[in-house]
Amino acid sequence: MNENHRTITVALVGNPNSGKTSLSNQLTGFRDSVANYPRVTVAKKEHVIEHQGWTIRVVDLPGIYSLTSQSPDERIGREFIQNEQPDIVLNVLDAGNLERNLFLTTQLLEMGSPLIVALNMIDEAHDQGITFDIPALRSMLGGPVVEVDSARGKGIGELLNIIVAVACGRIDTSRIDLPYDSHLEQAISRTQDEIAALHPENLNLRQSRWLAIKLLEGDEEIAQQEGDHTRLIQAVREDRRALARQHGDEVDTMFAMARYGFIHGMLAEARRMPEETVKHGDVNRRLDAVFLSRWMGLPLFLGLMWVMFEATFTVGEIPMDWIDTGVGWISDRLDSLIPAGLVHDMLIDGIIAGVGGTIVFLPNIVILFFFLAFFSETGYLARAAFLMDRMMHVFGLHGKAFIPLVIGFGCNVPAVMAARTIESNKARLITILVSPFMSCSARLPVFILFAGAFFAQAAGTVVFAMYVLSIAVAMLASIFLSKFVVTGASEPFVMELPPYRIPTLRGVLFHMWEKAMSFLRKVAGVILIGSIIIWFLQAFPQNVDWDQDYDGQIAALTEQAQTSQRDEHIAALQRERAQEKMRKSYLGRIGIAVSPVFSPLDFAWQDTVAILTGFVAKEVVVATYAVLYNQGESETEESNSLRAAIAGSMAPLTAFAFMVFALLYAPCIATIAAIKAEAGGWRWAGFSVAFSLGLAYSLALAITLVGFLLP
Amino acid sequence: MSKSDDVKEVRGISAVTLRPGQQGVISSIEGDDALRRRLNAMGMVRGISMTAEQTAPMGDPRSYTVMRYQISLRKSEAEKIILEV
Repeated sequence: MNENHRTITVALVGNPNSGKTSLSNQLTGFRDSVANYPRVTVAKKEHVIEHQGWTIRVVDLPGIYSLTSQSPDERIGREFIQNEQPDIVLNVLDAGNLERNLFLTTQLLEMGSPLIVALNMIDEAHDQGITFDIPALRSMLGGPVVEVDSARGKGIGELLNIIVAVACGRIDTSRIDLPYDSHLEQAISRTQDEIAALHPENLNLRQSRWLAIKLLEGDEEIAQQEGDHTRLIQAVREDRRALARQHGDEVDTMFAMARYGFIHGMLAEARRMPEETVKHGDVNRRLDAVFLSRWMGLPLFLGLMWVMFEATFTVGEIPMDWIDTGVGWISDRLDSLIPAGLVHDMLIDGIIAGVGGTIVFLPNIVILFFFLAFFSETGYLARAAFLMDRMMHVFGLHGKAFIPLVIGFGCNVPAVMAARTIESNKARLITILVSPFMSCSARLPVFILFAGAFFAQAAGTVVFAMYVLSIAVAMLASIFLSKFVVTGASEPFVMELPPYRIPTLRGVLFHMWEKAMSFLRKVAGVILIGSIIIWFLQAFPQNVDWDQDYDGQIAALTEQAQTSQRDEHIAALQRERAQEKMRKSYLGRIGIAVSPVFSPLDFAWQDTVAILTGFVAKEVVVATYAVLYNQGESETEESNSLRAAIAGSMAPLTAFAFMVFALLYAPCIATIAAIKAEAGGWRWAGFSVAFSLGLAYSLALAITLVGFLLP
Repeated sequence: MSKSDDVKEVRGISAVTLRPGQQGVISSIEGDDALRRRLNAMGMVRGISMTAEQTAPMGDPRSYTVMRYQISLRKSEAEKIILEV
């Protein structure tokens, strides 16, 4: 790193739940998901900041416990450090739990990038009476060690200064090699010699030592990389066998024990910890005795979920009314300001109607995410996985799958991405394929609209039923998938339960803010384009070949003396004309063309059109209805709300079948793209679309038939 | 019980059989490589003590305290961890 090349790449590495993401936010002044739940960082995120004239690129890597190649997260972390060679690896540790956190550090030391160690959540440790001898830690780790507290922003300035100082070469990070026992050391140097002979190019001693250790540990990925070098692989295999025979332990365990030995020695010297720190654990125990208790655990969990949904819908009603009024006001203002014509129509009937009809649901989404943020920051979300694991296991899933699925209630895209935290290929693939069945926040507007229009007295219950159904379908689908589609053995469920923490208001609010923003971004982007396309499809062709001369008839009627009968006649003609216009628009033609497929479900062509547009994103379904029905309404005397407009358009049974269909049918484009990326190819993305369409159709048909047969 | 410690199956019990609040010291981890490595990376190696805590309402999994933190393990995994009490 030289002076004229003033960019520093800093890779942020740490255990799940070490406060890594919140440290990243403190460093970069940008907030994204921070949660007291393991593995919130599902993919690597990047931020760029300036400090002392340097450009610092902070790459937030997924939270990992070790650098083996056991999970995709571990592979992402390892490959980034290995291939991208960041200028600095910033290792974030939970100062209250260094025994386990330092295990990753010992592996990072061996990888050879300049390492800065940040002892995070230092205030929490100090509160427990734990103190550190930082100079001693520095000399034992051979590099800078900084105490920080990311929740309170403590030590961040110092950390940034040290990053720059290391990049300038003012601070030395030439670190120690971890010492192993003599048998292991002999095997390492033998293997290193073999490696040196095979890779004469540019492997330095540290790199070949790391490679040797990985090979001796039995790392499958490294063994595959070196797979061509039969002699090396053969020699390593013999060494591993001999060592295991001699010591009675597997070689990787011997390495792990040596690492923990080093860690214990270091902490014995550099950490002061009073005996009564056990008290801290007692608080957790007492809370777990309630939240995980045999009798209260599940009722409490279900109760909390119920409170979350009730608050989302009843409290959300109030700001919804304000937004509705505001959008109406803007629409009226623009209506009088802009002269009639195509631009006027596009703006008011297309953009304002479509976007306005969707933002109305922002309060619901904000409240829902307030609760999810609260649960994850307190540590309860991990307990939820713990409570649900037994049940999830029955359905061929992990307790860990519970979290992606819960995230799925917000949006299926991060849900599919969060599934990568599951090590087992089988469990991960199943989670990816069933998470689109989780009712995401984009579907909520559709449910609220329909429940309000058709089941006004029991709206909350009907929406809740949709959520219950979404869970049931996801569970049954996962049994089906694990039995017939994704077969194979399941893997271990090992999960950290982070300590209970009092959530910071800032943390919860930012989490909530972030979700609200991402929802708005969707409104601004996808929804805007979607609304314009739909408006275009329904506004064109402009010149309709009318079945009858509406204008002539209306003009003739207007000439006559004014009676209530005459006015009714005019209004009827206007409605007929509006309907014919819709029927003959491009949108109507497409809807009519595919509607025979949906006729067994009693869906009208308007519904078919809404379904088609929902492929873009499910909330577009609402925008479509807004545009479709407002268009016809705008010509009559009063502008009814969307709910009233659709209320008469179908029977309650059909409306219910439609809700079920909307819940389950093909994931939106963004989710399909995520499935393709995470499951590895179009094959699974295509499967997901076909599977969910089939399921949605069959279930909606079943509901229609059962409703038809019942009195 | 410490006389013949070169015999593998000394007087070990598995972590599953720990009573709530009872502590044991890990003597070995059985089972496949993937599970052992995972447990190793999370602090569970020979000589480390673990305490049984809460069992989930449906009987599985169970939480344990290891190295000042809590971990959740299924019965099928915990029974691979052999402890000396």
